[in-house]
Amino acid sequence: MGQTNSEMEALIAAEYAQGFITRIDSDTFPPGLDEAVVRAISERKGEPEWMLQKRLEAYRHWLTMDQPDWAVINHPPIDFQQISYYSSPKQSPKLESLDQVDPEILATYEKLGISIEEQKALSGVAVDAVFDSVSVATTFRETLAEAGVIFCAISEALRDYPELVRQYMASVVPHKDNFFAALNSAVFSDGTFVYIPEGVKCPMELSTYFRINEAKTGQFERTLIIAEAGSEVSYLEGCTAPMRDENQLHAAVVELVAMEDAKIKYSTVQNWYPGDLEGKGGIYNFVTKRGDCRGDRSHISWTQVETGSAVTWKYPSCILRGRDSVGEFYSVAVTKGFQQADTGTKMIHIGENSRSTIVSKGISAMQGSNAYRGLVRIAGKAENARNHTRCDSLLIGDRCAAHTFPYIEVKNPTAKVEHEATTSKVSEDQLFYCRQRGLTEEDAVSMIINGFCKEVFQELPMEFAVEAQKLLAVSLEGAVG
Amino acid sequence: MLAIKNLTASVDGKEILKGVDLQVEAGELHAIMGPNGSGKSTLAHILAGRDGYSVTGGEVRYLGEDLLQLEVEERARQGLFLAMQYPVELPGVNNMSFLRESMNALRRARGEPEIDTLSFMKQVKEKARQVKLDEKLLKRSVNAGFSGGEKKRNEILQMAMLEPKLAILDETDSGLDIDALRTVADGVNRLRTAERGMLVVTHYQRLLDYIQPDKVHVLADGRIVRSGGKELALELEARGYGWLLEEAAA
Ligand SMILES: Nc1ncnc2c1ncn2[C@@H]1O[C@H](COP(=O)(O)OP(=O)(O)O)[C@@H](O)[C@H]1O
Ligand SMILES: [Mg+2]
Repeated sequence: MGQTNSEMEALIAAEYAQGFITRIDSDTFPPGLDEAVVRAISERKGEPEWMLQKRLEAYRHWLTMDQPDWAVINHPPIDFQQISYYSSPKQSPKLESLDQVDPEILATYEKLGISIEEQKALSGVAVDAVFDSVSVATTFRETLAEAGVIFCAISEALRDYPELVRQYMASVVPHKDNFFAALNSAVFSDGTFVYIPEGVKCPMELSTYFRINEAKTGQFERTLIIAEAGSEVSYLEGCTAPMRDENQLHAAVVELVAMEDAKIKYSTVQNWYPGDLEGKGGIYNFVTKRGDCRGDRSHISWTQVETGSAVTWKYPSCILRGRDSVGEFYSVAVTKGFQQADTGTKMIHIGENSRSTIVSKGISAMQGSNAYRGLVRIAGKAENARNHTRCDSLLIGDRCAAHTFPYIEVKNPTAKVEHEATTSKVSEDQLFYCRQRGLTEEDAVSMIINGFCKEVFQELPMEFAVEAQKLLAVSLEGAVG
Repeated sequence: MLAIKNLTASVDGKEILKGVDLQVEAGELHAIMGPNGSGKSTLAHILAGRDGYSVTGGEVRYLGEDLLQLEVEERARQGLFLAMQYPVELPGVNNMSFLRESMNALRRARGEPEIDTLSFMKQVKEKARQVKLDEKLLKRSVNAGFSGGEKKRNEILQMAMLEPKLAILDETDSGLDIDALRTVADGVNRLRTAERGMLVVTHYQRLLDYIQPDKVHVLADGRIVRSGGKELALELEARGYGWLLEEAAA
């Protein structure tokens, strides 16, 4: 690599001419949270006054709230005064070459089939100019700009499109929604803003990955996606890089707004550090994701593959306000070691003929604990609403656990709500059968698991589906026996 | 090719095999008969390397190697195939992909390139037709929701595709109607070559109406109590197993 860090930074900074990307690694607040911290964050971002006021309002409300304790997860109470609320997300020192990266991480990348250039980017190694990320990003920007699509950091949006942000932010997830949403609303450091104008079909899949500076956004991301009438967008979140952050709290908020005939597809492959096999370390992932099908015939689809984090608390939801609106939730959640996941969805049917589909696949191995929690609510006005829920659990070994908590509230007699649930085990018979046909136990397990997850994987964009499969294989390696 | 010497084995502390001796040469087909619970499946599983059995004595040599030292998949990769008495369902795993993965695992072990899609498809369709397995079942999950007969045909299809050196069939004929029985027998006969050894475990002699064994053995109470030619099977049919057990006990 011929380039130094600062040269590279200059390159990136030049690209983001709007001013976002002041390198913030060196700019870390001391741990602790009070109004002064909230003000400082807002100031650092050069935000408009109304944003600061919203943050403060959220902060004050958060002070009155307690951490939720209803999920099937156990973790030591989080000390919110021990967290730094403004910092570079990657606190590890900047690496100069791949030689300085944990070989285990590199091995994982290799198994995932991630190219060297990507590896450099993902491990936080200064990316040299050979990796043409900057020009790649530029090409995207131009194509998107031609289509009228806005795709930028939320702090950038607050400066350049403050009225749009103001109109929609917190309109789906108000700060009072829950403890972690309130916290996020007070201290969010950055995130992504997407705006698709009326009638526009976004010319490419949008992904944080391409907004390189964003790939490692910190603990409190805020994402806002607005699809105007008749528009369409597919958004990919996260990359499959293992992030070795120690026992960190991630409390993100994602808001989607779909107007008439608009369609938003939101895919996540999450592979954060799950902690070691003894249960030490790992990310606490408390995320509020909600989509608002505001317009008639609008369509929001969540697809998630969750293999990482020590603790996952996450319920991507849809509010089906529009007539004939459609909400979908496809999920694979894997827990192994001492990982705990309490995840699911909420489908709130308000509009007539609104439909929702839920397919949840939970895989538990070793001592992993996996809970599906799903709410289907049919409001009184929602004539002919329909929901179909499939909830399958797969157990590997006999020390793991799966729980299912379906909540169904129907206030309209014309509603059709169906719920199916199964629990199965990867049996010794199956493994013997596969091995007798020449497959290794690991191949056998990954084959059975991929079969189990097929319905969800086929909802992912092609490249993502392949990556997700590999990721599952890697993440469950050694989980059998 | 296969030499079993004084093999003893137990399950959960209970002795099941009490000294089995058996020798199968390349090109030979041996039938193993015997009453229920005599240890036929136990023997087949131990040869394939299934966990849960403790071999307490004796030895098994396969192609000059100590078979019992090898992992299940290593045995498979060296050409040992077991058609199971109760084929296992693999929900979500496509039957054809499974077969192809399996073929490729064996090919890789032999240092051969993976099979290309076209020749694989051609072969699998032709062989499915031979064993009269509905082509639709190729696209379904492995054995999931298959009838008993379909499962057994699928086992024979796998055997035909994988072309083992030593094929062990554990009661592949049980529970089949006469048509299916003939299909299984045809499948076995098609695979008989001068290089291949076959060990056919059967409870009934009727399979042997269609398959000419080189030798017939009777496994009773964990031992081979009698070996002979085809006529032994006929005698068993006429007289049952009782007299043999009495003779063995005497
Ligand atoms: N996993 C097992 N646990 C306990 N007993 C077993 C097990 N497998 C086989 N057996 C016992 O071993 C004996 C032989 O069984 P098996 O080999 O299946 O006989 P066969 O195939 O000749 O009918 C039976 O008494 C059976 O109950
Ligand atoms: Mg048996």
